[in-house]
Amino acid sequence: MSRVLLSFKSYSLAEREEKLEAEVTRELALSFYRKMVLARTLEDELKRRYESFEMRGELHLGRGQEAIPAGVCELLSDRDFVSATHRCIAHAVCKGLPLDGIIAELYGRASGVCRGKGGHMHLASSSKRFLATGIVGGGIPIAAGAALAFKTLGEDSVAVAFFGDGAANQGTFHESLNLASIYRLPVVFVLEDNQYAFSTRRSESTAVESNAIRALGYSMPALEVDGNDVIAVYTAAKWAVERARRGEGPSLLDCKTYRLSPHLEIVDTEEYRPEGEKEKWEKLDPVRRLEEQAVELKLASKEDFEQIKAEARKLVEEAFQRALSSPLPAPEEAFRDIFSGE
Amino acid sequence: MPREIAMWEAINEAIRQEMERDSRIIVLGEDIGKMGGAFWCTQGLLEQFGSSRVIDTPISEAGFMGMAIGAALVGLRPIVELQFVDFFGVAWDQIYNHLAKLRYMSGGQFKLPVVIRAPIGGGYGDAAQHSQVLYSIFAHIPGLKVVAPSNPYDAKGLLISSIRCDDPVVFLEHKLLYGLFYLPPGSFGEVPEEPYELPLGEARIAAEGEDITIVGAAYTAYLAEKAADRLREQGVSAEVIDLRTLVPLDKHALRKSVEKTGRLLVVDEDYLPYGLTGEVIATIAEDAEAFKALKAPPARVGNPGVPVPFSEPLEKAVLPSEDKIVKEALKLVEA
Repeated sequence: MSRVLLSFKSYSLAEREEKLEAEVTRELALSFYRKMVLARTLEDELKRRYESFEMRGELHLGRGQEAIPAGVCELLSDRDFVSATHRCIAHAVCKGLPLDGIIAELYGRASGVCRGKGGHMHLASSSKRFLATGIVGGGIPIAAGAALAFKTLGEDSVAVAFFGDGAANQGTFHESLNLASIYRLPVVFVLEDNQYAFSTRRSESTAVESNAIRALGYSMPALEVDGNDVIAVYTAAKWAVERARRGEGPSLLDCKTYRLSPHLEIVDTEEYRPEGEKEKWEKLDPVRRLEEQAVELKLASKEDFEQIKAEARKLVEEAFQRALSSPLPAPEEAFRDIFSGE
Repeated sequence: MPREIAMWEAINEAIRQEMERDSRIIVLGEDIGKMGGAFWCTQGLLEQFGSSRVIDTPISEAGFMGMAIGAALVGLRPIVELQFVDFFGVAWDQIYNHLAKLRYMSGGQFKLPVVIRAPIGGGYGDAAQHSQVLYSIFAHIPGLKVVAPSNPYDAKGLLISSIRCDDPVVFLEHKLLYGLFYLPPGSFGEVPEEPYELPLGEARIAAEGEDITIVGAAYTAYLAEKAADRLREQGVSAEVIDLRTLVPLDKHALRKSVEKTGRLLVVDEDYLPYGLTGEVIATIAEDAEAFKALKAPPARVGNPGVPVPFSEPLEKAVLPSEDKIVKEALKLVEA
């Protein structure tokens, strides 16, 4: 027997600080606020009514996570594509889907955005280029595909995939990052790390400390973002969206947040949360964070917030009235839209 | 001018002519660019249309299937090649939960003009993970059209129709029909040079007959035609229906034929349980006129539900053949 000593190449990770600058005007701060408050007002009202069994099916709400769709969608137009998840109501609001169409869809009405065929997990709009899917990880390659089309067609649109920390353990996440990277696609992967896939903690399901690390394996730049700070989300997204539009390829934003809502209303008892955890995150509520920041930066005042909240309540109330005056679909509708020309 | 070409050439020509007509058509899949496709069908496309429209992908079926869907949602018309139909499993969620359903679930807002092309079938010793047909799995899911041509003329016309269709189409090409020298017998035939469409949902009466209706698709339609020639020599007049498309299914042609012959033999290379043969027989059983016309219980020839084995005698024992069709048909006629 003889001993040999060999050398091999190995790699290690290094953390680096990226400094990004953003200009925040009063107009921009109020726009963030409007989006977040509108989404929350709608979700609060939906929750109230769902608890008295006005709607069928499940309901996944995203209280505490509103800064992510609000900050990212600020940078998008109707020409940009978004794929969202089962927890998609705030995203639909921020992408500009009509409130009454969203509400009518949740109530299974004929005037719902999907004519009552999708429901709350599957809000969609072709004119807004918005799609949500109920399959975890399912929307990630679809966003990459929209980006491929933009590149092929020479459009300067971008695609954004929103998904959770649970989806980052699906093959589609890894395949999509690799594909987007090799083809340099104009896509932004927005990971909403709310720390739980239903009851399973990210730390128990994920081999890396932060999913941002995984992007390195696909030669993709990634930023870890405070997902409860809408200004941080916007600043990071601006960097990602602009480089995508310039043809510099994809990036990953790993937005750290926390789901204050249960995974789904009524059913989820939330026994999996350690004591005191939720309370800690309630103090980091993104809506209140923005109020504090805007006041500190002298961009807005308490009166502005009160006015926007009142506007949101009015918009939601009117939207409910319109939505609920819509009829239920005729049974024949069930047999349409399987194929074109039907 | 019609000329005689192989089925793979007809498929290649259909894709090329459609890509010349419509710049929104892209092709993506494994080894379809520089290599021209594992079964030759995309030869010359990369050279003609460039790498932005003919895209070699990594082995990442779920990823590129999803990409085809996303590209379709915003205006492209992708043709995706699965190198073997057997590989659909890793992309299945994208196919059956997304591609098939997004039009419906969005209330008809989205169009999904995606063609999935995939080689199917066994009979050449490739064993259970590379020899399946599986078309019943696709046909089972609402929202997918399923096409399975048996000859070059049909392949070209049906593929052009599939590409022009605004709905997802799963286009299944039997490897033994391509006409590649290493995969005999191959299907060769006259094919017009100019583009033409064949409607999805119309079966082809491959042979007219009076005594028995034999139904097949793709390679089993090819086998049924050969079997009908032999049956004719034995005094049995067989009508052969080549389904061409499984979804939509041409129920009218099936019922009309059985009303005439009173006997039905369904041939399938797919697993028999819960599959095409049962669907065709149900189509007859549900129709009062066709059911009344039956002179004998319908019969079927197919893979009884066995993973396709490698060794030749084992594979032959499992897969349908001309001999098995002739034998079953004679039994049915003599019953």
